[in-house]
Amino acid sequence: MIQFFVHGFISTFRGSRTYWLWVTFLLAVSLIGLNAWARQLAHGLATSGMGDEVSWGMYIANFVFLVGMAAAAVMMVIPAYIFKDREMHKIVVLSELFAVAAMVMCILFVTVDLGRPDRIWHMVPRLGYFNWPGSMLTWDVLVLNGYLLLNLYVCFYVLYSRFHGRKPKPALYIPVVFLAIGWAFSIHTTTAFLFQGLGGRPFWNSGLIAPRFLASAFAAGPSFMILVFLFLRKSGAITFNDQVIGRIRVIITVSLLINIFFAGSELFAEFYSDSKHVVHFSHLFGLHGESLLAPWIWTALGLNVAAAILLLSPARRNQGVLIVACMMIIVGIWTEKGLGFVIPAFIPTTLGDFVQYVPSVNELLVCVGVWAFGLLVYTLMLKGAIPIINREE
Amino acid sequence: MSGDQKACAGISRRDFVTGAAVTLASVGAGAAALAPLMDAEEIPTADEFIQKHYRRLTPADKKEIFARLEREIEKQYGKKATICDPKPIDGVEFAYVLNIGRCIGCRRCVYACMKENNQSRDPQIQYIRVMKLKKGSVDLETSVHDYPPEEAADPNYFYMPVQCQQCRNPPCVKVCPVKATWKEKDGIIVIDYNWCIGCRYCEAACPYHARRFNWSKPGLSSEDLNPDMGYLSNRPRYMGVMEKCTFCLHRTREGRYPACLEVCPTGARKFGNLRDPDSEVRKILENERVYVLKQDLGTLPKFYYVFAK
Repeated sequence: MIQFFVHGFISTFRGSRTYWLWVTFLLAVSLIGLNAWARQLAHGLATSGMGDEVSWGMYIANFVFLVGMAAAAVMMVIPAYIFKDREMHKIVVLSELFAVAAMVMCILFVTVDLGRPDRIWHMVPRLGYFNWPGSMLTWDVLVLNGYLLLNLYVCFYVLYSRFHGRKPKPALYIPVVFLAIGWAFSIHTTTAFLFQGLGGRPFWNSGLIAPRFLASAFAAGPSFMILVFLFLRKSGAITFNDQVIGRIRVIITVSLLINIFFAGSELFAEFYSDSKHVVHFSHLFGLHGESLLAPWIWTALGLNVAAAILLLSPARRNQGVLIVACMMIIVGIWTEKGLGFVIPAFIPTTLGDFVQYVPSVNELLVCVGVWAFGLLVYTLMLKGAIPIINREE
Repeated sequence: MSGDQKACAGISRRDFVTGAAVTLASVGAGAAALAPLMDAEEIPTADEFIQKHYRRLTPADKKEIFARLEREIEKQYGKKATICDPKPIDGVEFAYVLNIGRCIGCRRCVYACMKENNQSRDPQIQYIRVMKLKKGSVDLETSVHDYPPEEAADPNYFYMPVQCQQCRNPPCVKVCPVKATWKEKDGIIVIDYNWCIGCRYCEAACPYHARRFNWSKPGLSSEDLNPDMGYLSNRPRYMGVMEKCTFCLHRTREGRYPACLEVCPTGARKFGNLRDPDSEVRKILENERVYVLKQDLGTLPKFYYVFAK
């Protein structure tokens, strides 16, 4: 087992100039983020743009988005394991590794959002005082960490067997894969329940949040994986045929259309009934006084719809077009789930106050730092895993 | 097996030197990145770090902790403070009634509350928010809370102070992941400032904007410090934790009125024991037209509003 890790460790030190530049860049940005977090720890969350009115901001927004990205690995796992797609099977472990990296980012985003991260041990069952099953946040702690462990185990076992030139024994990992498939849905559902169970926040208090989360995640996650797969194939690291891309593209298209449909259904209910609660939506779309969010949500919607049109047009088979569409989806859904979902619930406040939220520079640096660290973890894991994946069976 | 040996043998001198240099540089840069921690405004002591949840403390633990806190307060503020911990009284359930017909929006309650409860003055934390509303509707979205003092007592408006509603069915308590906030026997929702992890889920869950977070180190001068403190109420708070109105439990559990009531110049505020059939609050609830805020949410507040002379 030590050999396995040593081999992986050594692999991370072998790479082209581009690889080194990329790793150095990510490391530098991670450190800038760490520095910003240290400043926040020293002087409190007043260093962020949040306040008692908008009390959750970019950290929780990124957290929500990344839970979806992690859950979306399932969209590569299902074709590979349930439909026994051989080509997909070759690269499925790369998606599972991304789920691990996304989970690491999720946990970091929650940690940097805490006022007292030194007391995080209060959340440890038994040692602390766990409000389970009452608090959805305790459920989230359990399912997120569970998902991290399941994916770590599957990746480790498959790669480790391959490393020793053995075929992985199905009995030892297939049940875990199936458990992880169900679990993937649970992480995003629980994260949605965290919000949709709050009666005092009508913007979130809708039964459609969990399905919307899943649909948007299954569009954005596979979009990101397409970019990764195409990049790795182009750089000669892995091989697979175009069928894989075609299959993922179909998943993205369907998910994106469902997501747009869900959003439309929610907007209809709000705007047609025109009840008191629509004010959060009207503010979000800039129809109720000045709104800093409006340009963002219109852009996000525009990107989602334009990407859907591209993916439905004959141009979808063009790789360049597909790449552009994937990028549009990632940015569009990040905006929709972050600025467009977490923040509008706070504006107006529960007492009707319209307070705007602008993230501070320090807060943005922490965010960028967490992203860089997560991508660094992913890059290094890929670097360690790919030589093993490419070994002859 | 042979594969690894090949891999191991394959580390060239150049790889090794690069690797070592990168690792060293990262460790150095990491240390540099953490430098801002050197001027941290608040560092938890070891005792604080390992302190258990309030409800798991033995009487001996409490004695020791209260003494420690009193020492720390004396050191920080140069003032002797006493920390009491009055228990809920059997057969007592507190309720508040606010007469909107009488409130003139002078905000004396807001400031008396701050003075009593040792809230941070810089940045300022207030538990009570007075809403100024146009006559003819209770629409919060058209209300203002930041009207200048000279706009108080305007006969064309009415004023509605909002503070913690001490719900019977409190969403804030339900969502707290670590049980750092709970409902006491007399109905008061309290927070253990030494147990809160600062996730602010309760702040998102509260429909009444009643909870406050310490975004920075509380700024409180020693002149402003009120030395009569309750452990679960007005003792000084830490950076990064939640706080809220506790109906001044260190006063009310000892038979006194909340500070906001005592200061009210119009008698708009009434407070008492809901379970005592002869109490003033019971009389009002039985004879006047009262309402609670956001009744549809099912939070069942024990803070009632009444339109009366």
